[in-house]
Amino acid sequence: MTAPVRIAQLSCGADYSGVQEEINTAARSVNGEIFFPDIALKDIVRDFDKFGLEVRSPDLKLAIARAMALVEGRVDADAVFIATCFRCAEAAIVRNELRRYILEHSKLPVVSYSFTERTTSGTLLTRMEALTTIARRRALLAREVQEGITLGIDSGSSTTKAILMKDNRILGKGWMPTGEVLKSAHGVVDTALAEAGMKLSDVQAIGTTGYGRFLVGKEFKADLVQEELTVNSKGAVYLADRQHGPATVIDIGGMDNKAITVMDGIPGTFTMGGICAGASGRFLEMTAKRLGVDITELGPLAMKGMGNRVPMNSYCIVFGTQSLVNALAAGSTREDVAAAACHSVAEQVFEQQLQEVDIKEPVLMVGGTSLIEGLVHAMGELLKIKVVVPPHSQYIGAVGSALLASGFIKKDGTDAGH
Amino acid sequence: MAKVFIYPATSLILSDMVTRFGHKPLGSAIAIRERVQTPGLESPPLQITPEEPKKGLAWAAVEVPAGVRGRMSLYGPMVEECDAAIIINNADLAFGCMGCARTNELVKFLLRQKEMPRLELEYPKNEAEGVQFVAAIKKFLTEIGGKK
Repeated sequence: MTAPVRIAQLSCGADYSGVQEEINTAARSVNGEIFFPDIALKDIVRDFDKFGLEVRSPDLKLAIARAMALVEGRVDADAVFIATCFRCAEAAIVRNELRRYILEHSKLPVVSYSFTERTTSGTLLTRMEALTTIARRRALLAREVQEGITLGIDSGSSTTKAILMKDNRILGKGWMPTGEVLKSAHGVVDTALAEAGMKLSDVQAIGTTGYGRFLVGKEFKADLVQEELTVNSKGAVYLADRQHGPATVIDIGGMDNKAITVMDGIPGTFTMGGICAGASGRFLEMTAKRLGVDITELGPLAMKGMGNRVPMNSYCIVFGTQSLVNALAAGSTREDVAAAACHSVAEQVFEQQLQEVDIKEPVLMVGGTSLIEGLVHAMGELLKIKVVVPPHSQYIGAVGSALLASGFIKKDGTDAGH
Repeated sequence: MAKVFIYPATSLILSDMVTRFGHKPLGSAIAIRERVQTPGLESPPLQITPEEPKKGLAWAAVEVPAGVRGRMSLYGPMVEECDAAIIINNADLAFGCMGCARTNELVKFLLRQKEMPRLELEYPKNEAEGVQFVAAIKKFLTEIGGKK
């Protein structure tokens, strides 16, 4: 067994909120080991003064001193987990500044999180997995070219996708709404294989990602089972041909949203939101249903409307939908309502998530929702930049999986096939 | 014998002084010891589970961060139980430290609200102040019925 990834925890309140064991469990499940950087009392006072952020909570002062010890190499770590209480303003400032400080002054991957007493290890799992993946698989994530014949399967909460690739080209695609996880996975794989004119036994390596990655990975005996944060960012820069330099990846999913900053194809910092469905693709699905159009028609419809003509005074999916219904009843056009829905989702992601990552151009929007033109337009307006949607953006996770899986092809040609 | 809440609640020096004068100190050590010695909990190191922030709702509303409410589930009952309090303001970290400034503000406020003997002192900055500091604590603990 490989040595655990040593994750330094910088936190305030985790033990008193009753979530420390949840953090430890999440780390253990991905072969990570949480530890608290050990520093002397005199270092706390000195480093806190040197950092210059005048907070009052001693635990936050300690977190600052620990961050400086990591950056200055006085304590060794493979990754950093920053966690503070949700709703604490003082801690939120420290959390953001420490994340920025560590990223600017070291190569350590960082994830930050604000917890409540309801935070579970399951909620933290994907974040922890991404953290350990970046620390452990840096060489794999540096892969820029797909080789051999590989299959990528993205088992998402809303849709399941498969991509079959050969020698850096996409030969087959499969897409369907996620029903029974394994049945959907087999469905998309069969479609992709049929389009490529291949059999599963031709495939040399398989990668899986998304919510159902473990189950689907087991079913297909996958070589690579990896969370969607690293896989999607890899897929995004690959498809957008931006594998070198900085980029920001935004993926508004069916159940949660991801905002990831990337440098040379490797994620630096990321946020994953999933508390409110009003900021998800699900809200747009509901809007499309209420407007009586297919989800694929919502984007073009929104482009013809003006979102600011419709009052949206709630971010909640239930009350937000009610606002749209009220607007229709008051005579608003379907175009304006569609635009308002897109603007609402984009605004929430902008306010709640993009503030926690440092946006670097190009900004790449990926996932199924990136095909909703109105949403991409709304995001571009908020960010005041042109947002790039790479080709095949809805298959981003599957492409990333297929690309990374080719790192598992044996060079001696002894792959048994699947 | 009086039950004396000590602030900072982690101060071993304060705890020791209160004990020497025949009183019972109420601080972090007692609250944490109870939790650590309670069998059946699997939430190291402090054995605080997500239930504690819910208990903390008795002292802080739901919009208050979980860490504050979790801490209040430990300190709140002791604030209610105490007969007297010693509060040292701006103490050195080595003297005793309570991690969250918001919890500290709330604990001190609740102690000040109680009609009971209370001693508030600034942490001494030199030896002369240190002598006065100890003398003031000794006088207070004696006046509330402690050993001479």
